[in-house]
Amino acid sequence: MSKIHQTIEAVWKIESTRLIAGIARVTRDVGLAEELAQDALVAALEQWPEEGIPEKPAAWLMTAAKRRAIDYLRRGQMLDQKHGEIAREVEFQQQQLSDALDNALDQVIDDDVLRLIFIACHPVLAIEGRVALTLRLISGLTTAEIARAFLVPEKTLGQRIFRAKRTLSEAHVPFETPRGDELRRRVESVLSVVYLIFNEGYTATSGEEWMRVALCEDALRLGRILVELLPAESEIHGLLALMELQASRTAARRGRDGQAILLLEQDRSLWDYAQIRRGMTALEQAKKLGGGAGNYALQAAIAACHARARTPQETNWEQIVLLYDALLQISPSPIVVLNRAVAVGMERGPAAGLAELDTLTAEPALAGYHLLPSIRGDLLIKLGRFTEAREEIQRAIDMTQNSREKELLMDRLERMPKTHS
Amino acid sequence: MRFMMIVIPKGYESAAPNAAPSAEAVAKMMEYNRSLQKAGVLLALDGLRPPSTGARISYTDGKATVTDGPFAEAKEVIGGYWIIQVRSREEAIEWARRAPMANNEIIEVRQIQEMSDFPEDIQKAAEGFENLTNTSAVKA
Repeated sequence: MSKIHQTIEAVWKIESTRLIAGIARVTRDVGLAEELAQDALVAALEQWPEEGIPEKPAAWLMTAAKRRAIDYLRRGQMLDQKHGEIAREVEFQQQQLSDALDNALDQVIDDDVLRLIFIACHPVLAIEGRVALTLRLISGLTTAEIARAFLVPEKTLGQRIFRAKRTLSEAHVPFETPRGDELRRRVESVLSVVYLIFNEGYTATSGEEWMRVALCEDALRLGRILVELLPAESEIHGLLALMELQASRTAARRGRDGQAILLLEQDRSLWDYAQIRRGMTALEQAKKLGGGAGNYALQAAIAACHARARTPQETNWEQIVLLYDALLQISPSPIVVLNRAVAVGMERGPAAGLAELDTLTAEPALAGYHLLPSIRGDLLIKLGRFTEAREEIQRAIDMTQNSREKELLMDRLERMPKTHS
Repeated sequence: MRFMMIVIPKGYESAAPNAAPSAEAVAKMMEYNRSLQKAGVLLALDGLRPPSTGARISYTDGKATVTDGPFAEAKEVIGGYWIIQVRSREEAIEWARRAPMANNEIIEVRQIQEMSDFPEDIQKAAEGFENLTNTSAVKA
């Protein structure tokens, strides 16, 4: 890619969200707004290489989008005119649209951006659609970039976005900020999308890499944007805290050859303590807002227990078990039971951990989830029950789609003392 | 990736110890800082007091010599910095272009070195060192 194209792409990443949000305020149709903004980008790609980057790129893009919007309106009205619409009315509407877009550009308000986020994460959409639209509209990623991040063909992702936009338009989803109980519900949907993006980056579910750092950074950026837009929502601070604390371990989670290194084996001097500090601050903020017992805040508090321990031995497992207990109260899930069993194993010994874990063996939600046999295998190793451990680890290997995780498990299998079985 | 945007204000090398920017300049700067924050890219920022209140320590043959500010011979001094997290060098440059700087002021954009950028032998040499910022925060 040429230098000027890289610059245009950078301008786009900075300006596109507010541009789309501003246009959507006028058109009330996010799909259309995005198309108009894309048209403006195409115009920039044609003209900026010759004319140079304009002094005010955002204003330039909005003017270009406006021109397309008026074309669009005109085309629509050509059809109307057949039904006897008079020309003066057409002109009046064009002027109105033009003024409204000028206005929208002058002051894209934060609420516009917030509304755009709520729409991208609207529950009417399938979860993959929400993720794709959020990365596209709020993070400014191209379809190709999103496809690469999720290891799906670009065409598939393009269709996903197309379908999502069509669903929004067919459902006549209003361009507005939800209120009251509805707000809480919709915030939850937004947070789950952001955390899903983070997790896809943090523990890539498939592929060659153990992490895709850029995706984690995109999720963190979304979290920081949300904290600014809805500063009173404690769970947003909780999620940001959780992501900062988990991401602070990035450098320690990958060995030199890209292999995975688990929490208790990490070189803690490689943790990013400035990021830990940001995570701790966000967690404090969540607590201050009365959200210390929220789902994300509790998970962040658990991550904070690890962050505070300078060595694995210093980890306050008792506190971690208590936090998992609290988490089970508000959102009981087999995954939480699983993680709690690990903490119990650390606090009270592997036999106690195994007893907790074995309440889960019949759990249908965990069928096919590689961490169950993997953790069970670990506990069995600690108990010296190597034959069973070997079977569990092998099962975990067969289940995981991520080749780095597979390596990690194979390594564990190899390091296990040989037994006669 | 993280970048440091380093502010190099013209004339700051000889600024009086109590020199302060105008209220108007500060207001503009705050507006810019807010835009970084709202875009989710801002990680940290600070302004530095004038060099006339600082000191330079130079080293010759292992011997340290202290010179109090101002540093008459310095052509460029640092006035402050931002640390931002962006996706590319170009994006960092675009953010720098948007900063409300006065005539002849400079912003230098530099990517922050990550340990993983270093070759293996250097990474090894750094292994196990206590992180230098690992102090107060984590005790909270």
